[in-house]
Amino acid sequence: MELYESTVHGLQTRLAAGELSAEELAEAVLERIDHVEEDIHSFVYRRLREEVLAEARAVDASRMRGDALGPLAGIPIALKDNLNTRGLPTTCASAILEGYIAPYDATVVESLAQQQAVVIGKTNMDEFAMGSSTEHSAYHPTRNPWDVGRVPGGSSGGSAAAVAAGEAIAALGSDTGGSIRQPASFCGIVGLKPTYGRVSRYGLVAFASSLDQIGPLTRDVRDAAIVLGAIAGHDRRDATSNPGEVPDYLAGIESGCRGLRLGVPRQLLGEGVAAEVRSAVLAALDLLTELGADIEECSLPTLPHALDAYYVIAPAEASSNLARYDGVRFGHRTRGSQSYREMFERTRAEGFGPEVRRRIMLGTYALSAGYYDQYYGKAQQVRTRICREFELAFERYTALVSPTAPTTAFRFGERMADPLQMYVNDICTVPVNLAGLPAISLPCGFHDGLPIGLQIIGRPMDEATILTLAHAYEQAADLGRRRPPLSRVPMGNDREE
Amino acid sequence: MATVYETVIGLEVHVELATETKMFCGCPTAFGAPPNTQVCPVCLGLPGSLPVPNARAIAYALKAALALECEIDPECRWDRKNYHYPDLPKGYQITQYARPLARSGHLRFSITETNGDTVDREVRIRRLHMEEDTGKSTHEGLPGTSTGVDLNRAGVPLIEIVSEPDIRTPEEARVYLQALRTLLLYTGVSDVKMEEGSLRCDANVSVRPVGEDTLGVLVEIKNMNSFRSVQRALEFEVNRQVDLLQSGGRIVRETRHWDDRREITFSSRSKEEAHDYRYFPEPDLGPCDLTPAFVEQTRQSLPELPTAKCQRYISLGLSGYDASVLAMDPPLASFFDAMLRAGGAPRESAALLTVELLGRLNATGIAIHDPACRVTPSALAELQKLVADGTINGKIAKEVLDEMVQTGATARTVVENRGLRQVSDEGAILEAVRSVLTANPVEVADYRDGKEKLFGFLVGQVMKATRGKANPALVNAVLRRELQGRSE
Repeated sequence: MELYESTVHGLQTRLAAGELSAEELAEAVLERIDHVEEDIHSFVYRRLREEVLAEARAVDASRMRGDALGPLAGIPIALKDNLNTRGLPTTCASAILEGYIAPYDATVVESLAQQQAVVIGKTNMDEFAMGSSTEHSAYHPTRNPWDVGRVPGGSSGGSAAAVAAGEAIAALGSDTGGSIRQPASFCGIVGLKPTYGRVSRYGLVAFASSLDQIGPLTRDVRDAAIVLGAIAGHDRRDATSNPGEVPDYLAGIESGCRGLRLGVPRQLLGEGVAAEVRSAVLAALDLLTELGADIEECSLPTLPHALDAYYVIAPAEASSNLARYDGVRFGHRTRGSQSYREMFERTRAEGFGPEVRRRIMLGTYALSAGYYDQYYGKAQQVRTRICREFELAFERYTALVSPTAPTTAFRFGERMADPLQMYVNDICTVPVNLAGLPAISLPCGFHDGLPIGLQIIGRPMDEATILTLAHAYEQAADLGRRRPPLSRVPMGNDREE
Repeated sequence: MATVYETVIGLEVHVELATETKMFCGCPTAFGAPPNTQVCPVCLGLPGSLPVPNARAIAYALKAALALECEIDPECRWDRKNYHYPDLPKGYQITQYARPLARSGHLRFSITETNGDTVDREVRIRRLHMEEDTGKSTHEGLPGTSTGVDLNRAGVPLIEIVSEPDIRTPEEARVYLQALRTLLLYTGVSDVKMEEGSLRCDANVSVRPVGEDTLGVLVEIKNMNSFRSVQRALEFEVNRQVDLLQSGGRIVRETRHWDDRREITFSSRSKEEAHDYRYFPEPDLGPCDLTPAFVEQTRQSLPELPTAKCQRYISLGLSGYDASVLAMDPPLASFFDAMLRAGGAPRESAALLTVELLGRLNATGIAIHDPACRVTPSALAELQKLVADGTINGKIAKEVLDEMVQTGATARTVVENRGLRQVSDEGAILEAVRSVLTANPVEVADYRDGKEKLFGFLVGQVMKATRGKANPALVNAVLRRELQGRSE
């Protein structure tokens, strides 16, 4: 197996044993990026080769000195471009932040730096994380490594594609309505959305503050546990961050799923879920049963309204969160205006893409006097009810299982004409954000060479259990050796088109 | 007969809390720093930054709310008020809308009427909530039409105190505001300086025919930058509204600005468009969660407030006027209370303080709490006691105080050094009386013929002979006895 295809834990063993240097690893990943990036376009910003190698050498030196190193030391990691990085551009794949360099690091970026992870670049995304295909990037689309004619999912499409294509060993993304899990599903990797408040949002450029959460995209479940352990924890700079202790997510990861009672919400496996996805998920449930889990169908009757509530609440919060992009203090400013108002309007009209503008308008409308109760108020009621239904379900079940997305990766342009078609893709993931729960997506099969994702939803703050379940399934299903066809493209192949 | 109109006024007051740091970040709040030097990612509204509430600001706001006898909402929430302005970095202001910190309070104060009577008034407080301040836009020293933005003030903690429309005259509005200022000074939560903008006042004014229950059309007045301008602006506005109605016109619901130089209010058209602030719960912050113990502890920490202080002074024998003058001036009241603690008699101490000491300080432009004021409360109380126990008389006391103000010496030191101790030795006084009687035979004869007014002249002569130090009561008694004795 190539170095760039390895897992965090596999590489760490070799690094610790001295069989491999961080510099060699970084070289391998950089070389891989050079070979495949022009096909995939995972990144919007790549750090200079020399900077990356210097950091890797520093980790090697640290190891030589005998310093105690964490599990991410020397591991090349990619960051979604909505995570603030001091000194590197942070654009959210938006023209309005083109060239913007943040003066501070997000808390998760600080955590990675403390762990001596090596950041290799910033990954592409739907503009301000609004989208499910990464087609809404102001810069370029990212391609799915399993089929470059298809989208990688979104909005963390760049992070998912980078991990799937061997351009990073692991990546961070953000998930507001499925933006980690759905691209993980489309790209055949593992994506974890932690409980709301488990990971600090400080330095994550806000899309919808009550729903956003940062999480890992990795090659296997064990890696997800490792990265989560590195970024989770209380942060005084985020008033919504949870003060609870961070458990050792690896401690019980081998303990299996025997005797665990799992629910399958029928609302997430009904109409709208493609037949191939449905059958792959059913097969996964059979395997979990074989492994000793006790599986039942269950019902959360309000779930069909989750999408409606989500597409009121998320745009409402976004309309307010994105008000700061006014050209006054940072980012793009349209010149030559005669008044503040004109400058403001022209800056935003030019700086924001159509999907962002659409959601700002939707959200503004939903909060307007006379419509608030009808839209935002009603959506909050639905949200409350969904939370309650999850609570009830978790009185009986340890975890809930569903598909991550109703389909496999779709073709470019297929859903761009009709936003509702795009939004429907989030049907299985948005309820989890509305309820603030942890959920993981992992591969559970393939159809026509495209990965299918299984979603496991856990109780609040119980990431450990869904990691254990996912690990048990992953070990038994043994899909991990399958790599995107891209990896078979010989190195140095010229790609003139 | 012309309709008689009644004025209805409600005030919205913004107060900057005197915390070291801002409402949602650790930046300093000091006034007057160079533009944009007290800023960070949070108060600049940089992408990805998040607010963290300042616990001290919440405690201060709570203190103010309790001083105003409000009902506290221990689970009060934060909301976003959305609007666009260059000095509003996030495009929204974090404030409290649906669940303010406090509601249903009262402010009590008294007004001195033209005939000198004081009337007690009570204005209800509708709500008190916390919010963050905005930055400032400036055009000073900038080329052409460009605008500069200073965000040092952005994020400074504020409380907004909204009264019910219980105020009936412009003067009452001013006195309400002054009483509110005093109350807040006592709590120590703000320096409440109108000239620095740490106390800001907007007014809602309407007029209606006397006897009418419904309110007239509301006009909002802004830009009143002193207590005087609040009263002047409201007087102007009330007259304008009454004149307009009497000449058959209609009041328009609008915002008007007070022009302090021209002494008029004018319609500020830019604010006429109806705002839709699209309030919604601030998702970055949870509820405040004030525990009952914390609320109670804060209540206990409140100092004695003006109304209670005034009542106490009256119960000590002060006049209502003196009590109110002292209670409404925190440094003065604290000086007075210290005199009482040092054993000063209440009424005499009040007179010595407000008439004698303040008179001397005012003449030199020194404030009572100024370090330049060299007289301490205990020194002044000692002076009062020296008069009370007969060590010196009242006239000498004024001389002593003159020197205390200049040198900072204690009363006793001045008295001893200059030998001003009152002469109560009857032998010495008798001697002085006899020599005065001998030296003034004509006056003595006239007195005995019935010109009793000359008694005062003779007393004066004795006092003069003793350089003012003689005990006046003793002088009177000895003189009377001597005059009677000699006539027999």
